[in-house]
Amino acid sequence: MPRRKGAPEVNAGSMADIAFLLLIFFLVTTTIDTDSGLDRMLPPIEPPTEEPPVIKEKNIFTVNINKNGQLLVEEKIMDIKNLREAAVAFLDNGGAAQGSPEYCNYCEGKRDITSSDNPSKAIISLKNDRETKYSTYITVQNELVGAYNDLRNRESQRLYNIDFVKMEAEYLNPETPKDTRDELKDKVRRIQELFPQKLSEAETSN
Amino acid sequence: MAKFAKKKDGDLPAVSTASLPDIVFMLLFFFMTVTTMKDSSIMVENNLPTANQTKKLEKKDRIIYIFAGKPTREYQNVYGTETRIQLNDKFANVGDVGSYILEERAKKPQELQNVLTTALKVDSDANMGLISDIKLELRKVNALKVNYTTSEGDAFNNLN
Repeated sequence: MPRRKGAPEVNAGSMADIAFLLLIFFLVTTTIDTDSGLDRMLPPIEPPTEEPPVIKEKNIFTVNINKNGQLLVEEKIMDIKNLREAAVAFLDNGGAAQGSPEYCNYCEGKRDITSSDNPSKAIISLKNDRETKYSTYITVQNELVGAYNDLRNRESQRLYNIDFVKMEAEYLNPETPKDTRDELKDKVRRIQELFPQKLSEAETSN
Repeated sequence: MAKFAKKKDGDLPAVSTASLPDIVFMLLFFFMTVTTMKDSSIMVENNLPTANQTKKLEKKDRIIYIFAGKPTREYQNVYGTETRIQLNDKFANVGDVGSYILEERAKKPQELQNVLTTALKVDSDANMGLISDIKLELRKVNALKVNYTTSEGDAFNNLN
């Protein structure tokens, strides 16, 4: 008579191997990194009837990049390494006289009357050639954004004792709790208003 | 006097490996949840320039990608070595960018359609002419928020 026995036990020893195989498959086909980059707003296409606003020459900081990657800043050739410093000096100038409505009371620049009146008036105009290399363009963009970030960090340190960049990253991070984000929002806005990013990009010349 | 049961002498009992699959499954689920699938294979060279003033691109569902660069070697005899645009696994012309953006935008949920970002993943060696053309197309369809995707590093490395 055959022996009575329960169902034979299934050997689960190879389960780990199967799971490892799946694990390795997912490791190979997925990416963990989040991308990062320079955020920019493009100008909207303006209706052709609208008159362009009149802007004083001294409030514009022109940067030209030629096809060899050389820079012409305010009609002078400049090394790309000095660009950030020059941009900071221009933005932070605060040339409007004390008492005038455009007077900038937080600027620490030279207050040169031939340079920008107020950070909120100061515009950086970036122009490039069609044959400019993309990497050069990114370097210039990076330096200009860096100039704004340096100034914003300075003001943020003065007002809230924290770097603006750090504050903004925390504000944009979706994992930050909502009430912290709301609190940061006002601070971020405030600093952004002190040094608004006005970076105009003209259509490229040939 | 109490008597203690004498322990079996001999070797240690084997460590049970029965929970090993559970541990591995835990790892597996961890990786499944924190990673995302590579959704498109890149057919162009994509050495991103480096920059250090970057912001993270949070929320992947709000991003439309545009790639540009020289076709990789396997596509070079068909598409040449000029810088090309790649949209969704296909090479495209500048004129196709606008309709691509509109198409992608229509696929997104209504509430996200106004907050989309266009990520430009462009090879370091590309010329600005092409980028300017892409930017003009983006402006035409009112996709004004762009992100020049870069890799982390000193920006002056680009110049060499």
